[in-house]
Amino acid sequence: MSQTHGAHDPATAEEESAIAGTSLLPRIAGRFGKTLFSLVVTLFGLLVVTFAIARLVPIDPALAVVGPRATQAQYEAVRTEMGLDQPIPVQFATYLGDVVRGDFGRSNLTSRPVIEDVRSAFPATLELATLATLLGVLLGVPAGVVSAVNQGRWPDHVLRVVGLLGYSMPVFWLGLIALLIFYGQLGWVGGPGRLDVSYELSYELDVTAYTGSILIDSALSGAWDVFFNALTHIALPVFVLGYFSLAYISRMTRSFMLEQLGQEYVTAARVKGVPERRVVWVHALGNAMVPLITVIALSYAALLEGSVLTETVFAWPGLGLYITQALFAADLNAVLGGTVVIGVAFIVLNLLSDLLYTVVDPRAR
Amino acid sequence: MSDTVSKPAGGLKAWLTSDTPASRLQARAIGLWFAWSDLVRNPLAVAGLVIVVLLILMAIFAPLIATDPPNQQNLADRLMAPGVGGHILGTDELGRDIWSRIVYGSRVTLQVVALVALTAPVFGLVVGTVAGTIGGWTDRVLMRITDIFLAFPRLILALAFVAALGPGIVNAIFAIALTAWPPYARVARAETLSVRRADYIAAARLQGAGTLRIITGHIMPMCLSSVIIRVTLDMAGIILTAAGLGFLGLGAQPPLAEWGAMISTGRQYLLSHWWVATMPGLAILTVSLGFNLLGDSLRDVLDPRGAQR
Repeated sequence: MSQTHGAHDPATAEEESAIAGTSLLPRIAGRFGKTLFSLVVTLFGLLVVTFAIARLVPIDPALAVVGPRATQAQYEAVRTEMGLDQPIPVQFATYLGDVVRGDFGRSNLTSRPVIEDVRSAFPATLELATLATLLGVLLGVPAGVVSAVNQGRWPDHVLRVVGLLGYSMPVFWLGLIALLIFYGQLGWVGGPGRLDVSYELSYELDVTAYTGSILIDSALSGAWDVFFNALTHIALPVFVLGYFSLAYISRMTRSFMLEQLGQEYVTAARVKGVPERRVVWVHALGNAMVPLITVIALSYAALLEGSVLTETVFAWPGLGLYITQALFAADLNAVLGGTVVIGVAFIVLNLLSDLLYTVVDPRAR
Repeated sequence: MSDTVSKPAGGLKAWLTSDTPASRLQARAIGLWFAWSDLVRNPLAVAGLVIVVLLILMAIFAPLIATDPPNQQNLADRLMAPGVGGHILGTDELGRDIWSRIVYGSRVTLQVVALVALTAPVFGLVVGTVAGTIGGWTDRVLMRITDIFLAFPRLILALAFVAALGPGIVNAIFAIALTAWPPYARVARAETLSVRRADYIAAARLQGAGTLRIITGHIMPMCLSSVIIRVTLDMAGIILTAAGLGFLGLGAQPPLAEWGAMISTGRQYLLSHWWVATMPGLAILTVSLGFNLLGDSLRDVLDPRGAQR
């Protein structure tokens, strides 16, 4: 199935470039300018909100630093030093400048700059979300196509149930149940965490940190035992997250395919004698891929966020776990820093999907 | 969905299926009746409806249905398996009856759902209709703000809000509502744009109706059905978010019987006592499945345009 799936891609690209014609570039540039503008505005909004959240906190940040036994003078000094005596707009401008320079302050929990913590946690989240999306696309797209072709028959019903369950299931609960069955009962996979404890201890020695992704790094370092151990640990969270991605992608694929299969060009292709398999998997799916790209990007963005709960369940040392741990340590710098980073990734992916849409679909320009 | 309220002049059924409605009330009742009969013909919709109704009944009659008080501890009976010692679904780490806690937990879930459903859609409706009716800069600014909120990751934002406000069920509801309104604003604005140039609006304006009156009296009612469908479809997501916050320890605080928080405590005993975490999860799954089934079918019935998905 995936073979057919892969084969249609170049064909689509060819068709697209043939349709696109000459005036493509300026239009994309114009569109790009608009996207960039809304990106800046949305990011600004995100920072306004996180700044407001920081102001909302009932804890006085200066008091938190000096402690309850400080004198009034000490308190005032710290307040001035932290810029808290400045008017709110000035404080916001300072915050804005800090964020742009990547300075989210220091984490109370790890006593390292938040940005460094984020940098070491983000690849783990990215690794999880990427593999899960990959799974969702590789299984979800063919499943959606099959269900559209068999509309109203049993494959369609099965997919509907799978989708509905996916929309209704708490991700953290599915994670726990998966751990219970596949780790606790069957012992097929590794437990929570990225590695077995024995590997975790010597990880720094065996593996060079090229990318921060445990699979890529261990493979590049040639530490294959680490690689395979990591694989048994990542499998379960990837399948759990991938299931949600699959539920969403397959349902959308089905709906786009139904739309395409009802078009006249499909009838024309059939009349011409094009084999049915080619009609479905090349002609119809090729066109359905256009809106699907947006869907896939959206689900990828959603997985980055959804990883908060999954990472907590599987003790996966990503950004989600970092944020929740910081929450309980009342480590607001870390929480807001993490929120900004995930928010930025989310927003950029959203807008990127918007942009991609116009690149692949000539009608949207 | 109670449409059996009005006078049974010459048989309720005849009144409800009449081709010539005599009053506005009757016309509306007929519309609802046909939507209702479409709905009950769909077995999945009925299943969803039954689940939701059961949830409501469970919440109302919790003291009668539960076998024990939800917070009654009995350390001698801790972590008993389902069915043992008269505990249908077993007991948790403090010997509390899990079935009773799930029954009482339905109250918390319903409370969350009701409060979010009463705030976020109303706020979104106001923003959307105002933006759509007034247009111009008001529209641009309001919609830009909506887009900004829409572009945020919801759970993360709710997390950050709860972090600032402090954990607790009320703050969790507030945080969820704060992140849930933008889609309603979008829906309401789209509906508004489709009716604001209609003749009946112009007629109302010529009669001297002000903008406020036009929005509340003539535009908002037109947006209601889309917003209601959206609310039903969103319910499952709201329940899951609330449960997620509870699971992380940021929503309902112990000893309140909340399903997400119950899973969180059950997590520690997962491998040795599976039922503690499994049972509340099944409750969440069932309820959000019910809302999804109902919402899906409601959309098919009330909004034929979106039926294909």
